[in-house]
Amino acid sequence: MLKFDGVGLRYGHGGLHQGRALGPEVLHDISFRLEPGAFRWLLGPSGAGKTSLLRLMYLAVRPTRGHLTLLGTDVATAPRRALPVLRRRIGVVFQDFRLLPHLSAFDNVALPLRIAGRPEGQIRADVTELMRWVGLFRHLDARPAAMSGGEQQRVAIARAVITRPALLLADEPTGNLDDGQAERLMQLFKELNRIGTTVIVATHNESLVGRHPAPALRIADGYLSTGRSPGPSTGPSPGPSTGRGDAPEAS
Amino acid sequence: MSPLRPAGSLRPAGFDELGLRRALSDRMLPLLVAAMAFLAALAMAGWLGTAALARHWQEGAGAALTVQVPQPGEASSQPKETRLAAVLALLSGTPGVASAHALSQQELGDLLKPWLGQGAARLDVPIPAVVAVRLTDAAMDLAPLTNRLQAAAPGTLVEDHGIWMRRLAVLARSLQACAGLTLLLVAGVAAAVIAVATRAGLSTRREAIEIVHGLGATDGYIAARFAARATGLAAVGACLGGVIALPIVLTLAQMAAPFGGQGAPSGNPVQDALGAVPAALWFALPCLPLTAAAIGFVTAQSVVRRWLRRLP
Repeated sequence: MLKFDGVGLRYGHGGLHQGRALGPEVLHDISFRLEPGAFRWLLGPSGAGKTSLLRLMYLAVRPTRGHLTLLGTDVATAPRRALPVLRRRIGVVFQDFRLLPHLSAFDNVALPLRIAGRPEGQIRADVTELMRWVGLFRHLDARPAAMSGGEQQRVAIARAVITRPALLLADEPTGNLDDGQAERLMQLFKELNRIGTTVIVATHNESLVGRHPAPALRIADGYLSTGRSPGPSTGPSPGPSTGRGDAPEAS
Repeated sequence: MSPLRPAGSLRPAGFDELGLRRALSDRMLPLLVAAMAFLAALAMAGWLGTAALARHWQEGAGAALTVQVPQPGEASSQPKETRLAAVLALLSGTPGVASAHALSQQELGDLLKPWLGQGAARLDVPIPAVVAVRLTDAAMDLAPLTNRLQAAAPGTLVEDHGIWMRRLAVLARSLQACAGLTLLLVAGVAAAVIAVATRAGLSTRREAIEIVHGLGATDGYIAARFAARATGLAAVGACLGGVIALPIVLTLAQMAAPFGGQGAPSGNPVQDALGAVPAALWFALPCLPLTAAAIGFVTAQSVVRRWLRRLP
């Protein structure tokens, strides 16, 4: 499903900075493995490499060394033309939302389905239903600029999950949400996780992690360690599928 | 609710996820392409016009022999035969002569009208008979024929227009080549203009492109959006340029008509102008928007695909 094997990353390799000299290594010897349906927190101080690790996972960069296997494809060696189909199976919620400002909320959420060439009738039904679920049914035609930060974030989340991705990555997804909305979001993530989606959530929100204990990938200075999140280890709700997919390999 | 979308279609028409409606402006690019198309229309008219002139003059070069017979009505060396009849008989019996036509008094009068005015016949000027001769072989050696004509009717002049016609034909061919080069250059400049506009659009919409790319769009998907926009704008611009060029092309064609051996004017200027335009131009003009669209499509596709290679 997701396998890092001695992965190192330097910027300036491939991607947007092609042609420039390689910078210093920002991720070192990352090795871990997640089975389908795993849930992980991604924790670590700012600048530790959380975003770089996520960028590797949503194929915005390719590893400088080592092997990264995503959904059965070795992305270090796969031809470039094989990546778009892989990206369509990965949902990403960005910290800064990355919505298209000239499109309505509906069109933003519908975009991944249109890129995938789904029939328009199905798109309308799916998007409308999901927008109702995230509480934005009245904002279908609104542009992002006319929405609050929390509303924009819900649009970004809806766009990330509309294709029912096999892997869902979220970078500080609750940053602009109040506690009630954050809980609702976690319920959505857990629901997706329950039906088999692998979910990785990078966050600084300690109380959220405390309320939803699950294994964590901890990153510091570009090195990875694995372990359980802090918080109550007992209770009526054991948290999202903590027992599955937990197969740390090293570091 | 969002605008009505037909169920089952893959992608709503006009869905502008990359925001290209603003990035590739519908003002500047069509105007520049219109200017290119205007020049292309003129070059095309020049190319076809000079081709027609060259052809006409080339034909003339193969046929241009004028024989002047002074005192045509007097007896020739042959008994019971006028000098003109003797010359005509000799000419029509010569191999390599396609036809020999003695100009009538009326035709001669027309020919001299610019110099002698309407009443040339009444001036009692001794006018030679003129025989227009068409040859089947332009390279025929005229010396033996000239000698035999001199013998039959002394004083007969043979004038070969071929050399002038050939020079004019070479000039026309050179002009045609220039027009062809202009056409190529204009197409190249149009492609460059579209490439620059596409690159500007790429850098303006970079963020949107990266988002769409990140959502799994293929290079083909993104390039198709740009190509559709560039193709449409180029076609519109070329239509505009072609329409603006049309009256000028018609005027030029009308001015060139007498040199191309067009028939007498009918008196209706519009009809004459339309009739003077070479038929090939009526096919070539509608090709302008099609060619511009093709240039727009190919240029945008290649520029965008090359640019996208920098994304992972």
